[in-house]
Amino acid sequence: MQPVDSEDAILEALRSAPERGVLARGLGRAYGDAAQNSGGLVLDMTSLNGASDTGTTGVVEANTGMSLGQLITELLPSGRFPEVVPGTRHVTIGGAIAADIHGKNHHRDGSFCDHVESFVVLTPTGERMVVKPGDDAFEATAGGMGLTGVIASARLRVRRVETALMVVDTERANDLDQLLSRLRETDAAHRYSVAWIDCLARGRSLGRAVLMRGDHARRDDDLPASQRETPLVPPPSALLAAPPWVPRGLLNRVTVRAFNEAYFRRAPVAEHGRVQALHAFFFPLDAVRGWNRLYGSSGFLQYQCLIPFGAEETVRALLERLSSAGAPSFLAVLKAMGPGRGLLSFPGPGWTLALDIPVLPWLARLLDELDELVAAAGGRVYLAKDSRLRPDLLATMYPELPRWEEIRARLDPDRVMRSDLARRLMLGVKAAPA
Amino acid sequence: MRDALGSVQSVLVLGGGSDIGRAIVRALVADRTRTVILAARDPDALAETCEELRRAGAQTETVAFDAVDTAAHPDLIDRVFDSQGDIDLALVAFGVLGSQPEFLGDPASAAASVHVNFTGATAALLAVASRMRRQGHGTIVVLSSVAGERARRSNFVYGSAKAGLDAFAQGLADELAPSGIDVIVVRPGMVRTKMTEGMDAVPLTTTPEAVAEDVVAAIRRGGSRTVWSPPALRYVMTVLRLLPRPLFRRLDL
Repeated sequence: MQPVDSEDAILEALRSAPERGVLARGLGRAYGDAAQNSGGLVLDMTSLNGASDTGTTGVVEANTGMSLGQLITELLPSGRFPEVVPGTRHVTIGGAIAADIHGKNHHRDGSFCDHVESFVVLTPTGERMVVKPGDDAFEATAGGMGLTGVIASARLRVRRVETALMVVDTERANDLDQLLSRLRETDAAHRYSVAWIDCLARGRSLGRAVLMRGDHARRDDDLPASQRETPLVPPPSALLAAPPWVPRGLLNRVTVRAFNEAYFRRAPVAEHGRVQALHAFFFPLDAVRGWNRLYGSSGFLQYQCLIPFGAEETVRALLERLSSAGAPSFLAVLKAMGPGRGLLSFPGPGWTLALDIPVLPWLARLLDELDELVAAAGGRVYLAKDSRLRPDLLATMYPELPRWEEIRARLDPDRVMRSDLARRLMLGVKAAPA
Repeated sequence: MRDALGSVQSVLVLGGGSDIGRAIVRALVADRTRTVILAARDPDALAETCEELRRAGAQTETVAFDAVDTAAHPDLIDRVFDSQGDIDLALVAFGVLGSQPEFLGDPASAAASVHVNFTGATAALLAVASRMRRQGHGTIVVLSSVAGERARRSNFVYGSAKAGLDAFAQGLADELAPSGIDVIVVRPGMVRTKMTEGMDAVPLTTTPEAVAEDVVAAIRRGGSRTVWSPPALRYVMTVLRLLPRPLFRRLDL
C-alpha cells in the first residue's frame, strides 16, 4: 500500500503501474474485497483530504480521501450536512462515489452521486477529466468500484440543517404485510426511514419489525429552550469498545433470538417526536469500536440485495429462507429505495434488505439460494458489500453491465485498474474492442 | 479469486490422474470452481475426467507434466499461470506407491520412486510458490500420507519420501505465510484407489470422496493446516509414533 497525497503522485503511480495493476483505497470499510488488489499496488487515499471550501454555500469542494466524518465535522458548525450518509461515517468521499452509496433517505433524495455536481477522475491513460452527471465517465465511475480510474476531488451539494439533532418516530410492525404497507404509506412523510427486521421470527410473525423514521430537528420547533443557544453542537457521545476477544459463537441462534425478542419488545408500539443526537441516529455502530469482533474469530458476512417493487413475494421468500435456516442475523435492515442511476450503481426502485450473518458452514449454500431468488425477481446484490457472489449472475443482476464494460474499456484500455472483487466477478476483464 | 466463504474459482492439479485429486476437483466443481487445469504424464488418459468435469460446468484443460523432469517445471508452471490468469488453488497429487519387496532387490527403482514422490514434488511446489507469491494470493494442497509419520518396515521407501515431502510442505507453509498463501498438508490413511488396488483393507480405510470432503472443508476454513483423513488417524498415529521401538517392531506393520 502506497500513500498518495496529490494528483501528481496518483498520475505517477498510474504511469508506472505494476503488472497486477493499481487500485485506490479509502478507509477500507467495504465488507468484501472491493478495496483489495492481491499482488498489485493499492493507493492509500486518506492523506489526500481536506475541503477547500469552509464557507456557508450549498456546495463544497473536497478531496476524495476525506472521510464523511471529517466532512461532517467541517460542515456542521455552519449548519450544513452531507445530502447522503451511510450507516458509518468512516468512509471516504472517493469510496462513497465509487460505491454510489445510499442512506436512510434514498426513497426521497437518491444516492450519494445524485448530489455530486462534478468530480475529477484521473484515468490510467494519464488524463485528468472533470466530469458531470450524464457524462459517460461520470456514470461509469459512480458505482464503478474504482475500476475506471482514481477519483481525486469532488464538488458536493450539501444540505442545510438547523441543528445537530434528529426528531425520531418509532413504531412496531407485527408482520411483513404490515411492515411493507406502513413503509409504503408513511415513508413520504419522513426524510429518513429504515426498518429493523427480526429475521428469526417465523410463521405469523414473519417480518415483524421496528420502523425508525427521522427528520432533522428544527431549532425553534423541536428543541427545548435550553439547547436553542447551541443547536449545532453535537451532544457528547459515549464511545464503547468491544472486548478484544469473544468466545466463538457468542452470537448464535439462542442469543440472537433473545436479543431480537428484547429489541422488538423494548421498542415502543408507537412513539412520536423523540429528539436524538444526529450521530446516534445515523451511525449507531460507530459508537462501539471494534463491534465486528462480537462475531468471534470466524467473523460474519454482510449480504445486501435489492428486490424491485412488485416482487414483494420474493422479500417474503428471502425472509422465510433466512428464518427457516435459523440464520442468526441480529442486524437486518429493510428500506424502500427510489429511482437509481443505472450502470453499476446499486440503488433502484424497490426494497433493499441488508443482513449481517455469522459465518457458519451452511452459509455459502444459503446465500447462493438467496442470490437465485433475487436474480429471478430482477433484483441485484450490492457489490460494495459482496464477497461471494457467483460471477455468472452479475450480468443478470446488472443488465447495463455491457455498456459499463464498454465505457470502462475506453477509460482504461490496458486494464490498469484492478481489484480482487473485479477478478472474482470477472468485472472489467472483457477484452476491449480491438 | 477465493471468495469470503472459501470457494475457489480456478484449480491446477499436478497429477491429474490421481483418484484423490479427481475427487477433490469434483467436489470443488460442484461448488464454484469453473477453471480446471489437469497436468499429468499422459494427458490423453484424462479425457474421461475432463468430459465429466465439463458436464458439471467447468472449463478444462490438460497439460503434459512429468514429475521427474524437474528442469522443465518452472517453464511449465509459468505457461499455465500466464495463459489462465490467477490460479486460486494448486493441488500436488502425483505420487507412486511401488512395491517394497521389489525396492529391496532393485535399489535404483527405489531411488526412482523417491525422485517422483519427493524430488519432483519439491521442484513443482517451488515453481508454484513463486507464481503464487507474484499473484499475491493462493492455496496449495499437498497430498502427504500417514506413511510419513513413522516409517514402517512394510513401506519405508514410500513412507520416507512422504516424510520428506511432509516436512518440506510444512516449511513451505511458514515461508509463504507472510505472502498470504496457505499450504494445506493432507495425510490420508489407507484410501481405496487404483494405487492400493488388491491390498488388504486396514481399520479406518477410507474413500477418495471422504478425503475430498475433509480437504474441501480445510480449504473453506482457510489458513495453513494439516488435515488427517479420517480425522481419527491423528490419534492413532500419535500413539504409533510414541510406541517404544521393540514394541513397534513386534507389530509387524
